[in-house]
Amino acid sequence: MTSELKVSLWRGGQSGRYQVFSVPQRENQSVLDVVTYVQRHLDPSLSYRFACRVGVCGSCAMTVNGRPRWTCRTHVSKVVKNNGLEIGPLENLPIIKDLATDMTGFFEKWRDARGAFIPTKTRQHEIETIAPGSPARLAVNAAIECINCGVCHAACDTVRWNENYLGPAALNRAWTLLNDVRDGGNRERFEAVAASGGCHACHSHQSCQEYCPQALNPTASIAGLKRRTAQAWLKGEIRIRGRESKA
Amino acid sequence: MNVSLYIWQRATAAIMAPMILMHVVVIFYATRHGITAVDILARTRGSMGWGVFYALFVVAASIHAAIGIRNIVAEWSPLDDRAAGIAAFVFGLVLLGLGLRAVAVVTLP
Repeated sequence: MTSELKVSLWRGGQSGRYQVFSVPQRENQSVLDVVTYVQRHLDPSLSYRFACRVGVCGSCAMTVNGRPRWTCRTHVSKVVKNNGLEIGPLENLPIIKDLATDMTGFFEKWRDARGAFIPTKTRQHEIETIAPGSPARLAVNAAIECINCGVCHAACDTVRWNENYLGPAALNRAWTLLNDVRDGGNRERFEAVAASGGCHACHSHQSCQEYCPQALNPTASIAGLKRRTAQAWLKGEIRIRGRESKA
Repeated sequence: MNVSLYIWQRATAAIMAPMILMHVVVIFYATRHGITAVDILARTRGSMGWGVFYALFVVAASIHAAIGIRNIVAEWSPLDDRAAGIAAFVFGLVLLGLGLRAVAVVTLP
């Protein structure tokens, strides 16, 4: 195949414009390959982010023809329209430059959702035995393979509308820890996700599960959080805390 | 939206769902049987049952709608959570006042 792809790439920061490049079309070619071709052969000043190139690290997510995607595992032939691609930075995140977004806020929401594991034992203790078929472990299994690519965050309408919303990735992470019997931080986690901007802000639009490249279902995790926090609140186990209001 | 507002909104929805069904059934009954406004008022005025039924519905609807309005205002307007909460509270009070007034007119003897 020798035809050329017409590739529009976002250039600049929050205010910028799309710049069109002509890239040779190959039979087997990922969207990341296209971006890399531009950076190596046409404009070395192009900024973008990638690491593993094989769908593990979650670094290379971008907006491709209007949809958030992991570019290293997105085949050009599946997304190309009229022999063209429009590639921009992820939505709902500040743009640093070109295709690279600032993920700081994304990971701060992970922290705010109490996304860090809180150990309850030391290396002197016996290793915890977890039955693979237990309901808690099955719930963890269904949600644990998140690679933090930010696709769900970029696809989420509620993230767009409500800057206090923790977002599907952080809440999905909280759900996995809530079901981890080894973790000791659930009271704080319950209160974090039950507060304003937590799981109850989700409208269940399900864009997160629609676009998740790992085929996870953060909406289901958030529904689980809604159930569990409601039960905990009715039992008087948690207090509601405020979160910072929007500016 | 926090867990408290979430539960209040779901709980009031659960109260209203069977009441709306009952309300619709009554509307169908009234229209099918050609019952006039005068006939309806004759049955509802002085009726403790209908008074309590619709007063409870108005209270549940005011809480439910106010929480929903709060969410919409917080998400779609420049108001912050606190200001949206105040606006929604006022909206709920107005709804409650208008609703209870209507119930009173229809059910008080």
